[in-house]
Amino acid sequence: MDMPVLSLRNLTVDIPTRHGTLRPVDDVSWDIAAGEILGVVGESGAGKSMTGNAVIGLLDPPAHISAGEVLLEGERIDNYTLAQMRRVRGKRIGMVFQDPLTSLNPLLTIGEQLSETILRHLDVSRSEADARAIQGLDEVGIPSARNRMGAYPHEFSGGMRQRVVIALALCAEPTLLIADEPTTALDVSVQAQIIALLKRLCRERGMAAMLVTHDMGVIAETADRVAVMYAGRLAEIGPVSQIVGQPRHPYTDGLMASTPAASAGQARLRQIPGAMPRLNRMPDGCAFHPRCPRAQDKCRVNPGPKVGTADERAACWFPIEQDEAAA
Amino acid sequence: MLAYIIRRVFQSVIVLLAVGLVAFSMFRFVGDPIENLLGQERTVQDVERLREALGLNDPFAVQYARFLGRAVTGDFGISYRQSRPVSQIIAERAPATLELAFVSGVLALTVGIGLGVFTAIRRDGWAANIIMSVSLIGVSLPTFLIGILLIYLFGVQLRWLPTFGRGDVVDLGWWTTGFLTSSGLKSLILPSITLGLFQMTLIMRLVRSEMLEVLRQDYIRFARARGLSAKSVNFRHALKNTMVPVITVTGLQLGAIIAFAIITETVFQWPGVGLLFINAVQFVDIPVMAAYLMLISVMFVMINLLVDILYVWVDPRLRIDGRHT
Repeated sequence: MDMPVLSLRNLTVDIPTRHGTLRPVDDVSWDIAAGEILGVVGESGAGKSMTGNAVIGLLDPPAHISAGEVLLEGERIDNYTLAQMRRVRGKRIGMVFQDPLTSLNPLLTIGEQLSETILRHLDVSRSEADARAIQGLDEVGIPSARNRMGAYPHEFSGGMRQRVVIALALCAEPTLLIADEPTTALDVSVQAQIIALLKRLCRERGMAAMLVTHDMGVIAETADRVAVMYAGRLAEIGPVSQIVGQPRHPYTDGLMASTPAASAGQARLRQIPGAMPRLNRMPDGCAFHPRCPRAQDKCRVNPGPKVGTADERAACWFPIEQDEAAA
Repeated sequence: MLAYIIRRVFQSVIVLLAVGLVAFSMFRFVGDPIENLLGQERTVQDVERLREALGLNDPFAVQYARFLGRAVTGDFGISYRQSRPVSQIIAERAPATLELAFVSGVLALTVGIGLGVFTAIRRDGWAANIIMSVSLIGVSLPTFLIGILLIYLFGVQLRWLPTFGRGDVVDLGWWTTGFLTSSGLKSLILPSITLGLFQMTLIMRLVRSEMLEVLRQDYIRFARARGLSAKSVNFRHALKNTMVPVITVTGLQLGAIIAFAIITETVFQWPGVGLLFINAVQFVDIPVMAAYLMLISVMFVMINLLVDILYVWVDPRLRIDGRHT
């Protein structure tokens, strides 16, 4: 197998506070190969965005990586200096944020913002940077891109702005894209377009992508593999068909059962009782045990062991077996 | 865009008419000018003749219109005290005040914006903390006290700088300038610091708080996530977005610098229009006071107009010309 574009090795993020240290990301490991889209799902506060920010080095102090490694194309980047990291951001890792309405500088034209980013990372002339900017806008589906270069962000609709944001994130041709809830702030009809666009760009460029979302529909549509996060920990990771069809971790199972599906004629959605623990009140053992229907004594003492292979594993003492799920 | 400016100009004219009314009212209600012009030995006929000659018996509206008509052509009458045209007296004094205000304004803007950006970027640094603490002095100490302290330190104790007057000035015919001689420049230092210190600290604190706000915005985060240099993020992306509120306050403060030069000019015996006004008040020299009032209001109105136009220049969202539709 080729070297993965992104490897997280036991990544842990700590936030020291006056009342003790919080751990929003705890011992998370995964690989993303070139051309692969890893969907990262979980409830709000599960550590999805925090993981993305840790990868690109944009954690807000005092949050910091306290253990583990981030490898980009085999190269360790979590110990890079700020100056080194600035060469990685935009150039090798592109990032797209949730809200396209606030992601663009309102006082600069989109052409200025694009050329500025291109000139920063690529050794090209100004006119060539403009040409690449127009090409980038074209690629993300901005109509008559050449004429729109001088337009300001407020002259675009929300969906168009997110296209501009994607063009900006990808204009220096990064090998990894981190998309942090890229469709959450958009209309449902526009969401599908943006997802299709991201999918196409990943396939065309052979780019790895980490797609953070809490929308299972988006995941099922887009991702090749899915990582399920719960209270900062990786609950389960595996191919999308398995996560959706045969989840092994009870949390994933609960998450899937509580997702409405248009086709299924379910009378009533199942719900997971309780709420995710707050970071300062993490239970001992498996973080999910207070809400878990399968929890037993040892779940309350020790976190679940990682069962399965590197490609598909769940962190659980009593994972749901296949025959059991079928029954 | 043009309609926007025309509307603003129209509003400015209305403001000036209102101020003109106030200035004009001073003639009518702050004592009787006849009393000032004629001495104790006067007859009723003398008074009546002078009233008729000065047009004081005409209806209020007619007198106001006459006052405005003259004011537009720069004629504010004759100073009671100096018996010379007010416009001439003010023209002599204006360069001193304008030069002082100009230096103070430039000082306040450059140092204020510079320190504001610095203290915002190095939010928790020791240097930023010291600057913030010291800036409290500028905000809280009254101007005259700062002036007197500076005079005491640099004029009396260290004897480095002159403490009053403009020094040697060069007469360019229509303008007298202190910029061309070393004593003129030296004389500018203390008064301009005194006059500009409050504005400097105000602008600095404003830029800092606006900048801190802007640095939290998503587009700054996105700019960082694109790997842009610190210089580009801080100045190209962040500073420009702090400019709209800063321009508003700065514009008003520049007007204030000219208007409140009165105190600084008094402390430093600076021969400008502020000192002229203080003297005029002491002698109830109403034509001078009225002219000063009009002059200051014209400046405020012009600065406000300029500020409104600057907004549009800085913030494309305010451009309503539909260039890209």
